[in-house]
Amino acid sequence: MQAWYFSEGAYHYLPEESSYNSIRVSLPNAIYDPVKGADLYHRYLDEWCYADEIGLNIMTNEHHQTATNLIPAVPLIAAILARETKKVRILILGNPLANRRQPVRVAEEMAMIDVISRGRLDVGFVRGVPFEVSAMNSNPMRMSQRLWEAYELIMKAWTTHDGPFSWEGQFFHHRQVNIWPRPYQQPHPPVWITVGSPPNAAQVARLKHNAATFLSGYNVTKLIFDGYRKGWREAGHPGSGSHKLAYAALVYVGDTDAEGEAGIQELKWYNDSNKVPPQFRNPPGYFPAEAAGNVLKGAFGGQVGVDGLGRTPPPKTVEGLIQQGFAFGGNPDTVFKQIKKFYDTVGGFGHLLIMGQAGHLDHERTVKGMKRFVDHVWPRLKDELNEFRQAAE
Amino acid sequence: MNATATAPDLAELNGVKFALERMGGGKPMLVLHGGSGSVAKAPFMAKLAERHAIWAPTHPGFHGSPLPEHFDHIDDLAFLYLDLLDAHGLQDVTVMGFSFGGWIAAEMAVKTTARIGRVILVDAVGIKVSDRTTRDIVDIFALHPMEANKLVWHDQTRVPDFSKLSDAEFTAMAKNREGITVYGWEPYLHDPKLARRLHRIKAPTLVIWGENDRLVSADYGRKYASLIPGAKFVGIPQCGHLPQMEQTDAFLKHVTSFAG
Repeated sequence: MQAWYFSEGAYHYLPEESSYNSIRVSLPNAIYDPVKGADLYHRYLDEWCYADEIGLNIMTNEHHQTATNLIPAVPLIAAILARETKKVRILILGNPLANRRQPVRVAEEMAMIDVISRGRLDVGFVRGVPFEVSAMNSNPMRMSQRLWEAYELIMKAWTTHDGPFSWEGQFFHHRQVNIWPRPYQQPHPPVWITVGSPPNAAQVARLKHNAATFLSGYNVTKLIFDGYRKGWREAGHPGSGSHKLAYAALVYVGDTDAEGEAGIQELKWYNDSNKVPPQFRNPPGYFPAEAAGNVLKGAFGGQVGVDGLGRTPPPKTVEGLIQQGFAFGGNPDTVFKQIKKFYDTVGGFGHLLIMGQAGHLDHERTVKGMKRFVDHVWPRLKDELNEFRQAAE
Repeated sequence: MNATATAPDLAELNGVKFALERMGGGKPMLVLHGGSGSVAKAPFMAKLAERHAIWAPTHPGFHGSPLPEHFDHIDDLAFLYLDLLDAHGLQDVTVMGFSFGGWIAAEMAVKTTARIGRVILVDAVGIKVSDRTTRDIVDIFALHPMEANKLVWHDQTRVPDFSKLSDAEFTAMAKNREGITVYGWEPYLHDPKLARRLHRIKAPTLVIWGENDRLVSADYGRKYASLIPGAKFVGIPQCGHLPQMEQTDAFLKHVTSFAG
């Protein structure tokens, strides 16, 4: 099955929001209580393990210097899960390649997790978010070029089996590349890449990798997914390619609509708690100059416009989030219909990435929401929507 | 210098295209702008052009000059402008650099002063002075843009109000920030080797500094000057990071008495 349970592993015991100016980069870690933190790690691991029990795939990611996500090294959490879980697939989405200085090390980490899990690993590659160029001391210029060079080096490391090769590229140098272990899956684990624009999606389609977009709503998602399908078609690949597409949304299934919406109310902490000042949101070169200029304009008190794709921030209300396709919440039938409507509007996709825990949504409500999804929503999605069926096969 | 069909206003040297303003007449002066981009249109430039043949390039990667794929190091700019002096057979050139441009000027001068008659560094960055947990240069990318803007000026009534800039001007600002970042992200706005190479500068050097510079202090400027044989340091009172803008008359007086 190809629905993935995702949690950011947040630390939500925070002071009043007005008492700090950024939840990322500069928030002093004195606020973090390692005793509470230990409980949270174990709780989140339990939730991922519960996903394994009920047959819901797992997704993990990493972020740095932030209370929104306490996984600064995603291979660590994925390695624990590779051992603790038995059945489901584990997706890392993803490794922030433009921020990693040694792509060969990433290739090694992923190969090791793939072997421990006996081939249950899906490997995602992402550029890295703007806030983290400071945390990783990564130059925000040319991040896409670094991502792609790192990707090529990792693919070569995974698929070279006859002894060492050398790499002297624009961004990375490595001698005697010859990784042990090599991946369990042949020729390599499935690859995912997050995408933010139609040309970017087309590039991933040509490579036949999975492409994911996060909280992009109806209109922007359709543009990006259409870009993927165009790239897929132009490359001469069979079918539409839609089964390779993934969409991440806040998802909560209740017994009633009111219970589902109350779950979304908790999950939207994920959006609402993201207080970050412009200097961390907009490092030079991360966004095209026009978009970066627009953020500067806002910082200097000017009127900010929308970006080229018409992207807008997620709405603040549960109703707005659901209306615009950022969240799916309600009773099982309602959630099915919301997802189906989204699916039909964006032209189909194969993977649903379920942001199923955030903020103050406690363990009990988290796992109940997961179980209701698996029991009452997923079977209908798989039976009634082609691309989900195709991805599941 | 061959103009190209696609970008008729750009100079081209060894395949690198960049904006190059030339004005005035007299002894040649290469003017290297700082992090805010081209200063070719600034009033003090017209004054300099009364006495000098000005060569004012826009650094590749900053607004107005495309970033070549292979440019990622301060040396790329230093060699580009040494090549520019060679290409035009310029002699006895005064190389003056502001802030980031001062770093380029110093990197040029440690390589060769064959064509350089004088060096003027104005609130320049480029060297490391303090210990490893003490920044010499404020991390402007960790500050709210408005706060960073205030630090540039001593007289806070001079801080420009950017809220009414056009979209194109904000895009240009973003491009200039990209330019600084390409060459100066890490190590941050300095070359760890440069301080130990400054002894190689054979040309007379003037180091001009705003005494109240809050981005990079006047003491840093004094240290910079002390590492260059025979260099003269002048501090301008009541002045922040941009003496050429904030104390234009004093700035021009020092330049004129040094470079003619």
